[in-house]
Amino acid sequence: MTTAIAISDLTKIYANGFEALKGISLEVQQGDFFALLGPNGAGKSTTIGVLSTLVRKTSGTVEIFGKNVDSHVYETKLDLGVVPQEVNFSQFERVKDIVMTQAGYYGMPRKLAAERCEKYLRKLDLWGKRNDRSRTLSGGMKRRLMIARALVHEPKLLILDEPTAGVDIELRRSMWEFLTELNESGTTIILTTHYLEEAEHLCRNIAIIDQGRIVENTSMRALLAALDKQTYIVDLADPIETLPDWGDVPVTASLLDSHSFEITVAASLTMSGLFKLFLERGIEVSALRSKSNRLEQLFLGRLTDARGDVANV
Amino acid sequence: MFKNHKYIAFETIVIKEVRRFVRIWVQTLVPPAITISLYFVIFGNLVGSRIGDMGGFDYMEFIIPGLIMMAVIQNSYSNVVSSFFSHKFQRSVEEVLVSPVPNAILLGGFIVGGMVRGLLVGAIVTGMALMFVDLQIQHPIITITIILLTAVVFALAGFINALFANSFDDISIIPTFILTPLIYLGGVFYSSSLLPPFWQTVSALNPIFYMVNTFRYGFLGVSDVSVGPAFVILIFFGVVLFSVCLMLLNRGTGLRS
Repeated sequence: MTTAIAISDLTKIYANGFEALKGISLEVQQGDFFALLGPNGAGKSTTIGVLSTLVRKTSGTVEIFGKNVDSHVYETKLDLGVVPQEVNFSQFERVKDIVMTQAGYYGMPRKLAAERCEKYLRKLDLWGKRNDRSRTLSGGMKRRLMIARALVHEPKLLILDEPTAGVDIELRRSMWEFLTELNESGTTIILTTHYLEEAEHLCRNIAIIDQGRIVENTSMRALLAALDKQTYIVDLADPIETLPDWGDVPVTASLLDSHSFEITVAASLTMSGLFKLFLERGIEVSALRSKSNRLEQLFLGRLTDARGDVANV
Repeated sequence: MFKNHKYIAFETIVIKEVRRFVRIWVQTLVPPAITISLYFVIFGNLVGSRIGDMGGFDYMEFIIPGLIMMAVIQNSYSNVVSSFFSHKFQRSVEEVLVSPVPNAILLGGFIVGGMVRGLLVGAIVTGMALMFVDLQIQHPIITITIILLTAVVFALAGFINALFANSFDDISIIPTFILTPLIYLGGVFYSSSLLPPFWQTVSALNPIFYMVNTFRYGFLGVSDVSVGPAFVILIFFGVVLFSVCLMLLNRGTGLRS
């Protein structure tokens, strides 16, 4: 399998002395849907900045599809599309002009650029707005415009820096569908997001970055398998006043009201086992849902572990 | 990889730049035309009739080349500085920075954009001047060459200003406190022969003095200085400023963190 991104010993020290990246190494395979997670200021945007050449690295090497970004500037940039965190197009230009101009920067002939412009503006539901000034677009439309702009040269690798921040649920879901479709068509996608549910839903592999270091880099499946506890909210068909005795089963539970309770069990406990537990105690369940995002628990756990390790060095 | 990608990128930047200043023509094309017309009416027509001849020409004829030159200098400079800083301010400059556009093409596109505005305003001012006097160009090649070189040099200077600017104040300081005094003291409105010897020497240190006089030579066939130095100065500044711009772009000064 081809490596889409190979980052080796990447460091970045800003002019004010802040060490944003402390020697990170990372590989993303072609065709992957990869999540780069981390708290604010962890180094995610700096890493993306280095890949897109907006941030100059202090040391280390970066390769995109096997080509060094320093020595193969044209080829690596042609393979890369970036959707930044904040709006970065002219507020005074028309939607269509923004996308057409970007195509021109990539040296695309005008006829092809016009075809691609229409293709992606239609895909992202912006074709009807093509002659509007960009400042008149809603927040969600502006984000979709940045995606259309990043795709106009059809890059093999698309990096999205918090693409769904501040976007309503309906639109977020439609963007997920679009990105999944794009990934299935062969585009490698790297996503940073604060919505961990989004990463869990979309991504196959994950890296967690904290304080300029990679603290976790594995597959989503392996990471979620490491989860040792799971908390559910159980809605009851018949009201109860007190919770039953759980016996030797290692659970902790608390009544929320007479119609629902919260229960934390070992992640290894199957759904059948859980329902058997309820059935044996005469509990009629009308609905059951996971209390918190599973990835969120792991994410916070990894950050705590990593910071403990650094403090103990 | 697209064929002719560099040329297409260059053309894209130029079209974008021209589209920008044409879109806001009320801010970019009309004010210089009005201001320069006022100069023609007040200094040329009203005051000029009392001044009499200057350098052997009617005062209105004498100041027209300098006023055209002033319009070209100010507009070439201000187009690049305001446009490029605006791109920085809105972060839309990142669009071109993440793309494979070589720095020389990026620079060339903005410079040509600035030149087009400078020359267009120069043409508008020339058109206004034709309403007041019957203009004759004595040396067309010198006139065209000097105006093109001047537009290039001041567009490059505007680009450097934009790279270092961090606020809108920073893009008005140099035009207000350096460029305008140098233009006004560059012999637009008077012949240096009217000045005392000391101020004649000071004028000789002002590069715009040579540009204005050489341009006037192209139009009228008279100048306070010989033609050669203006070309040498312009070519020298053109090469130096272009090299400095490229060096700053390659370093990412003001653009990449």
